[in-house]
Amino acid sequence: MTSSEIRHREPLDIATARVPRGQVYIIPERCKGCDFCIVFCPVDILVFSTDINAKGYHFPIVAHGKEDACTHCGFCDLLCPELAIYTEDLNALEQEAEGDTD
Amino acid sequence: MTQTVLTGEKKTDTHPVDALLRADRLPHILCPGCGIGTAMHCIVHAMAESGIDRDKHVCVSGIGCSGRVAGYIDVDSYHTTHGRAIPFAVGIAVQNPELAVTVVSGDGDLTAIGGNHLIHAARRNIDLNVICINNFNYGMTGGQAGPTTPLNAQSSTTPYGCWDRPFNLPHLAHAVGAPFVARWTVLHVRQLKDAILRAMQKPGFCFIEVISPCPTNYGKFNNIGSGLEEMESYRRRCVVDHDANLADIEIDLGQEDSPIVVGNFIDVDREPFRPILAGPVREEKPHAAWAGLRKTQFVEDKNGPE
Amino acid sequence: MTPTSAAPKVEGEDLAARVQTGTHFMLGDHACAEGALAAGLDFFAGYPITPSTEICERLAHRLPEVGGKFVQMEDELASMAAIIGASVAGARSLTATSGPGFSLMMENVGLAAIMEAPCVIVDVMRASPSTGLPTAVGQADVLQARWGSHGDYGIVAYAPSSPQECFDLAIQALNTADQYRIPTFIMMDEIIGHMTERVVIPPAEDIPFVPRKTPSEPPGEGTFLPFKPDEDLVPPMAHAGQGYRVHFTGLTHDEQGYPRLTAAAHEKLVNRLVDKVRLNAEKIVMYEEYLLDDAETIVISFGCTARSARHAVTLARQEGIKAGLLRLITLWPFPETRIRALLDTGRVKEFVVPEINLGQVRREVERLTQLPVKRVNNPGGAMITPDLIIEVMER
Repeated sequence: MTSSEIRHREPLDIATARVPRGQVYIIPERCKGCDFCIVFCPVDILVFSTDINAKGYHFPIVAHGKEDACTHCGFCDLLCPELAIYTEDLNALEQEAEGDTD
Repeated sequence: MTQTVLTGEKKTDTHPVDALLRADRLPHILCPGCGIGTAMHCIVHAMAESGIDRDKHVCVSGIGCSGRVAGYIDVDSYHTTHGRAIPFAVGIAVQNPELAVTVVSGDGDLTAIGGNHLIHAARRNIDLNVICINNFNYGMTGGQAGPTTPLNAQSSTTPYGCWDRPFNLPHLAHAVGAPFVARWTVLHVRQLKDAILRAMQKPGFCFIEVISPCPTNYGKFNNIGSGLEEMESYRRRCVVDHDANLADIEIDLGQEDSPIVVGNFIDVDREPFRPILAGPVREEKPHAAWAGLRKTQFVEDKNGPE
Repeated sequence: MTPTSAAPKVEGEDLAARVQTGTHFMLGDHACAEGALAAGLDFFAGYPITPSTEICERLAHRLPEVGGKFVQMEDELASMAAIIGASVAGARSLTATSGPGFSLMMENVGLAAIMEAPCVIVDVMRASPSTGLPTAVGQADVLQARWGSHGDYGIVAYAPSSPQECFDLAIQALNTADQYRIPTFIMMDEIIGHMTERVVIPPAEDIPFVPRKTPSEPPGEGTFLPFKPDEDLVPPMAHAGQGYRVHFTGLTHDEQGYPRLTAAAHEKLVNRLVDKVRLNAEKIVMYEEYLLDDAETIVISFGCTARSARHAVTLARQEGIKAGLLRLITLWPFPETRIRALLDTGRVKEFVVPEINLGQVRREVERLTQLPVKRVNNPGGAMITPDLIIEVMER
């Protein structure tokens, strides 16, 4: 089996599985611009903002066109030395919200 | 189900783990690109997941950049003198065995000035979780060489290159009897958090080396341009090998082709330290040689000595 | 604070095991250990060193009997750190050492002072400096006890003059440490530590106990400030594990315990650390007077040397010299007020200060008077005899 074949294998439950969707939260004033979250985001959705915070650092934002791409893996959250970024599981939030309205 | 339309990041001013931190003290004092904040983040997550009552967690630090961690975690915390975090923590842990005592400090603090305490607390298998954040130099004082500075590395006190051999910390901790020994980098956040969690739940002396960038000082002297650059080298060079021969896992940070071996290397059962309890209402009796000790009392009589 | 009687943390069989009521023929070092046990000692960490080792050995045997914790550490740096750690976890803690170990402990004496962690350090003094005469007497750590760690802070130091006082002052030292949240010292010397004499241990209910102040508010309200002092300048103390989530640091800190690295914060904190002893000095200071009422020659001494001094005063009186003895029970605070009062009578003509060092207490006396302060010294290794003291008086 070649690596390209491996890549084309599909999970058995792909039709029913919902890919988690994450909402990204940023705390701009804590950011020191280390770039960790941007470089190590597995789905590569973060970029530096053009804005700066009070300390003069560019903080991360979600790139245009990638608003829906966060998978709530939580890596940026745990990796951030400044505790300046985290994500929430939007699917869970939505289910919770619908549960509330029922 | 209706799907919310995402519009990108939302800005806020609090983080969910703030509840476990002294958030009024954030942002912390650590430099951009330093990994100590990440290690702290993993510690806090492990505390939250440990199942141990938060008020039974204690954090003890020594002096240095890593020594500042205790001041940010909102549990009973003690920021002690240089090198003395472990014996201070021994006092707490022995006095109150209900407490889960985590020592967070740097390589210089724990293995140079505090090296003697490290080996003896491990030998006694005191119930401590020791998280040694290794950034290969004394960062707080401006980048001097320490006992983990790699051979030939530059620092403010090794202008001709470091000619001392560095400690191989997991090998050291294992040799002196620690029943749990791990090494991770601050890029391995999930593995690191899990290792800390394991340490918190395991009795005895658990030692975790956490490799972290110090761009401001170590990086400056050794042409590592940023914390990110060092983190990327971890991604390229780290090899997970839980069964590694610990004698072979010295880190040579300057050699791009030498691997950085990480893993949970040692996890064995070893009876932890417990203070002796003896006497009339206890189980253990002193050696017969002590039998005469109590016989100092004499019966008072009217003609007794005066 | 009114002492309440009986050790509160123990009862029943443990209490009987702690307080060995009766009359004993006991070594000074052992009496010190027994005094600490009677006062509710929970934790000992130490490292063997002559001539204090018998304290360590006695507690290795006795502490486990009463539910206390004994740990032999790797060195005196660790011993001192461990007793502070135990203290912040709620223990009454103590360590014992001699000169070389005392020097190592000085680093963390400062930590105990700035963290306001009550603890007791016993120094059984031997001839020094350095290794000196390990098995022979010295009294040359007097100034080190006061000034040994860097910076300004307040401490209390007791100097027992008999095995009975080793017992009594061990209780006093643990109580004073808790009352003012300070490190306190018991400055024994080799002769007192290795002297065997009659020691009377009273019934448990007669052992004075002064507890640590505890927070008046329950944990979890977020209102408790761990370093906010009461009127007596001493803050109530919350211990590890009680739920107050305190932060203690060796850095200059504010009332919350957070680092506050300014000159103003430093002035406020350090002044209080000094003042809680300085302003309470009259309550803390202890001394014994012998034939002082009409004395013209005042002998000031402490520890084993005070025993020679007392005999010298008795002999001098027989020779018609109006001598009297002021025996220091606290070396620190120094009984300045009493000495000034003696000077105010106009009767005093001279002071004589015998001590087994080259003039450490003499400096303190000279600071208070223009009158002659005669020295009777040796740097260690031997008692100062009464004859020598009388000879100096007559000079």
